[in-house]
Amino acid sequence: MTTTYAVLSEGLEKRFGEVRALAGLDLAVPEGTVCGILGPNGAGKTTAVRLLTTLLRPDAGSARVAGHDLVREPAEVRRRIAVTGQDVSVDGDLTGRQNLRLFARLHRIRDARARTAELLDRFGLAEAADRPVSTYSGGLRRRLDLAASLLRRPEVLFLDEPTTGLDPASRNRIWAAVRELRERGTTVLLTTQYLEEADRLADDIALVDRGRVAHTGSPAALKALVGAYAEAVVTDPAALVRAAAVLDRLTGAEPALDAARLTVGAVSTDPALTLPRLVRELDAAGVPLADARLRPPTLDDVFLRLTGSKEPVA
Amino acid sequence: MNTLAHDGTAMLGRQLLRMRNNPGLLILTQSMPVSMLLFFGYVFGSALAMPGAEYRAFLVPGLLVATAAGGIMTGMFQAAQDTHRGVTDRFRTLPVSRAAVPLGQAVADLVVTAAGTVPFLAVGLAVGWRVEGGALRAAGALGLLLLFRFAASWAGIWLGLLTRSEEAAGQLGGAVFLLPLLSNAYIPVEGLPGWLRTLAEWNPISAVTTALRDLFGNAPVPDGAAWPVAHPVAGALGWCAVLLAVFVPLAVHRHAHGKG
Repeated sequence: MTTTYAVLSEGLEKRFGEVRALAGLDLAVPEGTVCGILGPNGAGKTTAVRLLTTLLRPDAGSARVAGHDLVREPAEVRRRIAVTGQDVSVDGDLTGRQNLRLFARLHRIRDARARTAELLDRFGLAEAADRPVSTYSGGLRRRLDLAASLLRRPEVLFLDEPTTGLDPASRNRIWAAVRELRERGTTVLLTTQYLEEADRLADDIALVDRGRVAHTGSPAALKALVGAYAEAVVTDPAALVRAAAVLDRLTGAEPALDAARLTVGAVSTDPALTLPRLVRELDAAGVPLADARLRPPTLDDVFLRLTGSKEPVA
Repeated sequence: MNTLAHDGTAMLGRQLLRMRNNPGLLILTQSMPVSMLLFFGYVFGSALAMPGAEYRAFLVPGLLVATAAGGIMTGMFQAAQDTHRGVTDRFRTLPVSRAAVPLGQAVADLVVTAAGTVPFLAVGLAVGWRVEGGALRAAGALGLLLLFRFAASWAGIWLGLLTRSEEAAGQLGGAVFLLPLLSNAYIPVEGLPGWLRTLAEWNPISAVTTALRDLFGNAPVPDGAAWPVAHPVAGALGWCAVLLAVFVPLAVHRHAHGKG
């Protein structure tokens, strides 16, 4: 069976004045899968979503979304997608119910009243339904946003940082909804800053850096590319350089020295590195150790390793 | 066209719901012209050469038009707010007619303006303003007023989509408040120095105001005025046509394509 792609982009570019927000984005999301776009602030995630949802026109490149050309048939694309994002919002002056009814009308859903009630219920919004949205908490609001996107089942759902700043209960509800949609065959493209979120939801992750896809793969494949973060704390500043030499050899990466904290650390390129080996080798080199540890890679570590980018992850 | 009507009606419904949910702002904007009529009519009116009652009759059409010009402010503020809050973008991702969103906003504004005109004119009648030119001409005056409001709204919507920030829209709104001051809305401009009088008479507000005064029969068309004021009905219609021809396409295009 040949793979059909719900989102297929080639060389998408977008410039804002001097800033190149997207510098040739190639993305292939098979139908019925969840794709996580992972990257630091400013990597181009939101711009990618805005282009793929017809909110912005690309300066160069092409893309097909739900089988239609983004630039030539934007109306056809809009008929088949839904967007929930940081800057794509419901109306704060209306109540939750009024919002859903309005969007149901715009979608020409016949039984708008029943569909609205059903979604309010499903997202735990029944109680807040008749309050103005401006009084909602962040979590309630995001759930309403998502409900508005699901009034008519989209072929491709775009979620731009759907859980940023949410409490765990709201986050879990959104995660559950994404899984359910995938079960029913909807393709989901979500951007996130959280490795954990991509890890739990995505079939594939596209690591975006400086407007390009730096790496793609399943979460497991990406994590396997990056080993643990190895760190050693010494008792004597004079031993820092010796410790760094050991870490350099074991991790295959250039360690960072922190003289004030008497610490040396590096992200390992070797996934097989163990704590006993780290301690043994440091001890054998005569490093007076106060502490040594290995911790799972963070998103920062993955970025540092795979893109060489030192941009902080907010 | 069918889509536009359907989507436009839905958007109109949205705007009316917003006003129902938040009546405070509506009451404030609607009571503003009434208080201005009372302040200007009695405070300023007492210092003018024109007798008080005559000035108030002169002032009612002027205030109607000055308030209609405020459609720039209302349109701008609402469009900027929707854009800033991301509501505009949500509409833009939906399969709705591109013109429906601004059209719904402009029509809703028209409905509110029409409703607000009734209490204002009631106060006008109470302070001495009268319809002196017949019912048909008066209906024409009201139609012209609403057409001007509609045009002002579209200009405002375009500006709001352009500024994208509620603060900037608020500041620009202050400038809109000054527009009627350089027109014949509040005072006769025949006494101004020649160049200033010409400037004031080429202000669209002057043509529309003169047309209303003429149609209501409140004051004669001034002698020696610039063309749009000398031919006030044609001038006012012309101004509305120009404003609509410029700002409707601009606003629809801006809404459809956003900032990029």
